[in-house]
Amino acid sequence: MTPASRSRRGARVGPLAAHAGMATALDTDALIDDPDRRIIVCCGAGGVGKTTTSAAIALRAAERGRNVVVLTIDPARRLAQSMGIEALDNTPRPVPGVAESGSLDAMMLDMKRTFDEVVESQASPAKAQQILNNPFYIAVSSSFAGTQEYMAMEKLGQLDKDARKTGRWDLIVVDTPPSRSALDFLDAPERLSSFLDGRFMRLLTAPARGPARMMTAGFGLVTNAVTKIIGAQVLRDMQAFVAAFDTLFGGFRARAQRTFELLQASGTAFLVVAAPEQDAMREAAYFVERLRAERMPLAGLVVNRASPDPGEGLSANAAMAAAEKLRGNGEDAALAAGLLKLHAARKLMVQREVRLRRRFATSHPDVPTAVLPALPTDVHDIQGLRRIGELLAHQD
Amino acid sequence: MADASPAPPREGDFPDVQLHVVTGKGGTGKSTVAAGLALALASGGRTVLLCEVEGRQGIAQLFDVPPLPYEERLVAHGTQDTGDVYALAIDAEDALLEYLAMYYRLGRAGKALDRFGVIEFATTIAPGVRDVLLTGKVYEAAKRNRRNKKARVYDALVLDAPPTGRIAQFLNVNNELAGLAKMGPIKAQADTVTTLLRSRRTAVHLVTVLEEMPVQETADGVHELHAAQLPVGGVVVNMVRPQDLDADERQRLLDDIVDRGALTKQLAVAGVDADDALVETLVSEGRDHAQRRNLEDAQREIVHGLGVPTYELPLLPEGVDLGGLYELAEALCRQGLA
Repeated sequence: MTPASRSRRGARVGPLAAHAGMATALDTDALIDDPDRRIIVCCGAGGVGKTTTSAAIALRAAERGRNVVVLTIDPARRLAQSMGIEALDNTPRPVPGVAESGSLDAMMLDMKRTFDEVVESQASPAKAQQILNNPFYIAVSSSFAGTQEYMAMEKLGQLDKDARKTGRWDLIVVDTPPSRSALDFLDAPERLSSFLDGRFMRLLTAPARGPARMMTAGFGLVTNAVTKIIGAQVLRDMQAFVAAFDTLFGGFRARAQRTFELLQASGTAFLVVAAPEQDAMREAAYFVERLRAERMPLAGLVVNRASPDPGEGLSANAAMAAAEKLRGNGEDAALAAGLLKLHAARKLMVQREVRLRRRFATSHPDVPTAVLPALPTDVHDIQGLRRIGELLAHQD
Repeated sequence: MADASPAPPREGDFPDVQLHVVTGKGGTGKSTVAAGLALALASGGRTVLLCEVEGRQGIAQLFDVPPLPYEERLVAHGTQDTGDVYALAIDAEDALLEYLAMYYRLGRAGKALDRFGVIEFATTIAPGVRDVLLTGKVYEAAKRNRRNKKARVYDALVLDAPPTGRIAQFLNVNNELAGLAKMGPIKAQADTVTTLLRSRRTAVHLVTVLEEMPVQETADGVHELHAAQLPVGGVVVNMVRPQDLDADERQRLLDDIVDRGALTKQLAVAGVDADDALVETLVSEGRDHAQRRNLEDAQREIVHGLGVPTYELPLLPEGVDLGGLYELAEALCRQGLA
């Protein structure tokens, strides 16, 4: 037994001690202090506190001397206000109130504008305009499931390029969109390029490339069917879009590939964020496995909103039984009974959460984990983020 | 439907509604509430179809059954064994192939479409088409009647829909396609679906918890649904903390003026021999709870201000299993959502 585990076992059970013996503690400060660390990506299911976690990590890194930019997707309004990014202008802005040692810029992703900028940077002005006005492009750029994921990665690529060129930032922290399926943001570049490479696209572009292609078997069949279902006008819009986009395909594919390699690079670290709920933990397990399969550098798991463990003093059953005894004993007993019931509920929640985390740790024993206690109030200012950062860093 | 079911089900707050759409921000438990609502409706004697569209297999996990195929499966009975809950995981690709087979008898062309990647294209990339297919399948299940002997007729449908941030866009299939398909069969399909979704036979319920961001999203969602002329049903406030302490007790905890001596005595009456540390633990748990409750109350005010009927479901400390689902279903029946 290592000295560390012995001392943990002997220690009085504090709010975070349920964590001990389950997985190694994630060393957040080592992660953010490492000068070779250039990118930290926070991913996880929706509603687990990814945005808050990424903002807290970015702030802590900045206050420990890094020059940080954090890319958020959809921050709570008040958090965005306190970070000075409620204006959605797709540009990093300095966050007010950060201690002087480093610097912190923040921005909120504007998916459509990012897409437009890519088009504008890749095509001649006339061609770009043609694309931007195409109804099919407008639909794809504003509502295609996956555009947000793809654009988040595109923006990450831009920020990284900018950082390398200007030296303005040495660490980029990325929040990821709450994807329908867990790793859409990893799949998005691949999906986009496979779509652009796909037979259907070649089919659509065929008329633009010469009439001979139209004679291939099946083509007439397919276009007729497509026309029948979605209508001739949509097909025409799509063909126009594809024809205009044709020259950009190569560029898109190359960028998607670069972003993917950037994510695999050793300077990148992934943090999987979860809440101690069955769905979120299952999603986290999926993330971990997927990241490994893709050879993405996984730094660890952050479990948000854990119920603080009140300790071993009184079990849930004993508290429940005691509360029952006080029933009907008048006003004085009411407070005691209420507190006992609360305690029982808290104990049950802690047991369930510990069970969930243990299950995760058993199947993924080598994932360093940080556990954040649920706070009694919401976090929406710099002070709150700082507190989260402290809790994240002090896992013992 | 005109040919109504033989035994008229017990009426809740939405007696005319056949299609219940349940949405909510991630982490608020919308799938749990959708499942609870389906059970509640079944307990009133209805045959209910519970649909999911996000490919997460959430229903199978909640009801502890194997992953659902693209096929309606019986997953549970109502509380008095009066109604049944069937479940269906709607998959866009299967829905498209089914749709093509049903309406176009495409035969060889259907296969060619698949081979050329058109099916994949239509269901993952073509904007809006996916949503039309998903809602279209729900529409098909809702519009069945007894004349079609092969198909099962449902008294009610519950749709576990995409999250609040996307719900108006998801249901407003018509609009999403408008800039794209101005005519053609897909557009016609979207139009019929929209007619049902905007009618009195549909209600969109929003699930929230009493925290700032989910409540804000719920308020935004209600506005967006109104703007899209989609019928808002109720707001289900999920995971409400226990209400064991009254306002005065909570204030005393917040002011930190709880008489520890008296508390220790009461605990002794209850058979708990509490040392100072345990008393402090209980008091500090109480204080955290009181702080949270104050925040919850402020958020509850906002929810009530939305002008929409609200329902509350308790936080189940041990998590939601099948037993918990029945508990939630009962609470929804009691409060009149079903």
